[in-house]
Amino acid sequence: MFQTSLELLRFHWMAYSIYALLIISVIAWFGYNLTRKERVKSIVRIPFYGYIAFLVAGGVGHHIFTYNAIPWVEQDIKREDIKPDKVFNISIENHKWKLPKEQMRAKMGEQIAFNVSSKDLTYGFGLFRKDGTMVMQMQVLPKYKNNILWTFNECGSFDLTSTEYSGPAEYDEEGRDKMFIKDALVIECNKKVAMNSKGVK
Amino acid sequence: MMEKKGFLDQLINGTNFDANSLSALQKVTLRAVVMSFLFFGLVAIEGMIMRIVQTGPTNSFLPKMFGVPEHYFSIMTVHPIVGIFGSTYQLVFAAFMFLVPYLTKKPLYSIKLANFVWLCITIGTALAWLAGFIWHYAPLYTLYWPLPADMEQFSLIGGFVFVVGVALIMIGTIGFIYNIYATIFARVGVHKDKTMKEMLISGFGIDGMLNLINKLRGKEPYSKEPALSLPVVAIFRGTVDTFLDAIVILGAGILVLVYLIAYAGGFSWDVHAVDSLLYKNFFWWGLDLVADGLVLIYVAGSWYLLATLITGQKLFMENVARAALLLELFVSWMVWSHHLLADQPQPEMMKLISGEMVTAFELLTQGLALFITLVTLWKARPLKITPELAYLLGGLVGFGLAVPAGIIQADMGMNRVLHNTQWISFAHFHIALIVGLYMTLYSALYVLWPLVTNNTKMFSKKLTWTHFWLYLIGGVGMGAFAGMAGLDGMLRRHLYVNGEFSTWMILAAIFGSMVLIAWFIFLYNIVMSVGIKGLIGIFKPANNSVASYGIDGEIAIKEA
Repeated sequence: MFQTSLELLRFHWMAYSIYALLIISVIAWFGYNLTRKERVKSIVRIPFYGYIAFLVAGGVGHHIFTYNAIPWVEQDIKREDIKPDKVFNISIENHKWKLPKEQMRAKMGEQIAFNVSSKDLTYGFGLFRKDGTMVMQMQVLPKYKNNILWTFNECGSFDLTSTEYSGPAEYDEEGRDKMFIKDALVIECNKKVAMNSKGVK
Repeated sequence: MMEKKGFLDQLINGTNFDANSLSALQKVTLRAVVMSFLFFGLVAIEGMIMRIVQTGPTNSFLPKMFGVPEHYFSIMTVHPIVGIFGSTYQLVFAAFMFLVPYLTKKPLYSIKLANFVWLCITIGTALAWLAGFIWHYAPLYTLYWPLPADMEQFSLIGGFVFVVGVALIMIGTIGFIYNIYATIFARVGVHKDKTMKEMLISGFGIDGMLNLINKLRGKEPYSKEPALSLPVVAIFRGTVDTFLDAIVILGAGILVLVYLIAYAGGFSWDVHAVDSLLYKNFFWWGLDLVADGLVLIYVAGSWYLLATLITGQKLFMENVARAALLLELFVSWMVWSHHLLADQPQPEMMKLISGEMVTAFELLTQGLALFITLVTLWKARPLKITPELAYLLGGLVGFGLAVPAGIIQADMGMNRVLHNTQWISFAHFHIALIVGLYMTLYSALYVLWPLVTNNTKMFSKKLTWTHFWLYLIGGVGMGAFAGMAGLDGMLRRHLYVNGEFSTWMILAAIFGSMVLIAWFIFLYNIVMSVGIKGLIGIFKPANNSVASYGIDGEIAIKEA
């Protein structure tokens, strides 16, 4: 259903905004009707067990929906069993990235594994579009193997920064992020690659 | 009709407040309340400073020091310490140290201990704040290992003062827990003939569950008269999580302290001897008992109490409410992994079960509390919209917005793009705290005001309502706009100096300033009600040592 995280975020923005307006309206309607002397006619009668079923279905169904609609969930769970098209090994120490010597580059639709390690603190690994929206991120724990498998169903240049706070030393005196790497990754457009809905070729 | 006073007379003397008429219990309650609201003001100012810094170059009036990374992240470190412990804990503890004696018709176990609690938390919060303000100790409240022991970035003295401050807060918290349990389990008054077993069964909500099972089996109820009233059950149950959380935070503090002492002694211990993932699991298990344990349970209990006090009627589906509190016991202890969904070394099964599935049950427990409260109110209609009812409805709106926002993120798919963004910070926990929790507490404050102040007349109803609307709109607006910045990729523990998200931040700052103005109005209204004289009188020793409320005779006086 969603090919990129941007599509998901737009859907989420819309769905949650509608929900927020709905819940505020319902409580406001409820508050108004609490004051009315005449008997209020119910718009809809919700039986107690129906309400409970709705909550359970909402809580569990939400995960079933995202598992089926978001391509990276299944890919993430099965990442150890999938052979990636490209592997990038990255390390961090003293708030500095050690990226591959050559520009990180891949084709749209390829499955890319990012192996990121930290030698000192807890950091984050996050890729961002040019408009600042997040493509994806993970935490980077020191002395652990932190890996993520990602399929880019979009092309362009992506910026990199740490998504976890690792102390003020990440910034210069002016407050600029020293871990920000412009155009850290380039994804070439490749319209020929056919993707299924789960992003798995 | 009260005679209209001049401004100065009103400011000094208030309406009809008489601090000398207050009992020891009332005074200790009000002392903690005063400190809580002072800390609330501090935290609101800190929040506004951070919002303004994040607007980037458009802000030219804020002193540059606030944008310096060391200072900015010091504010971010102490902001939740002051907000959660200095303000929220104090207000909740004050309310419960008054409510438990009031509801159980027994005296508070110890007034001295209650005084120790508010002093300890106040001093501890001040120390933690000073550690940030003076020494720029800034590992954030998450204390992700090994950052708090990173002596290349932080000063040793700052670390010491911070840890001592947080430890004092936790010691005060343990004092509160002892006082509450000693009061609940005291076998005097209505509990004179109750056994410990009966009270424990009731405290955990087991009697409610057994009543439900017996009803389904067509049998007589297990207990027609539960040993503890439902709000007391919620207080008892939530306090279990408060205790566990205090132990975990104290444990983390001791670990940091050990490394700081070693560093001070010239030893360079390997910080990686402590496993960062194990630490993170341990820390989040404890910290989550605040967010997903005691807050939700205390709030549910407060809603039930407020709904019954406002309507004067019995709670709808009381047995279900009691059973839900028992369910929350298991839920709150098993949900911490939703904080580690972005940690790849975390076992997938823990992410799935603890992070997703058990966490989803919070929708059920909180949804039940919302339902029971709404039906209780509905059955009592027509009701007059009083400040206490309006704030209660505001609290319901807050959690109605914040709980699903959190549940949405507690998902492996969504977390990949929402973790550590402003979404979770604002759409979830700022709305939960500012709107959900605080509006519930304001409702409690207006309900308890006549009891705690001996029927002091509020200075202005208009100001009460102005506070309500400014606070509600400001809180929801700030949460919504800053949350939207999160959807646009804005990180929550990050400094932006180029105005990357300035539109959202300006909007959030405008609505945030409404919360700050609302606080000023509230404070003004309270000061004009009790007067400066009364305010000082609250901190003077009480003339009578009554440690209970609404009961007479020997039992009422526990100690001076």
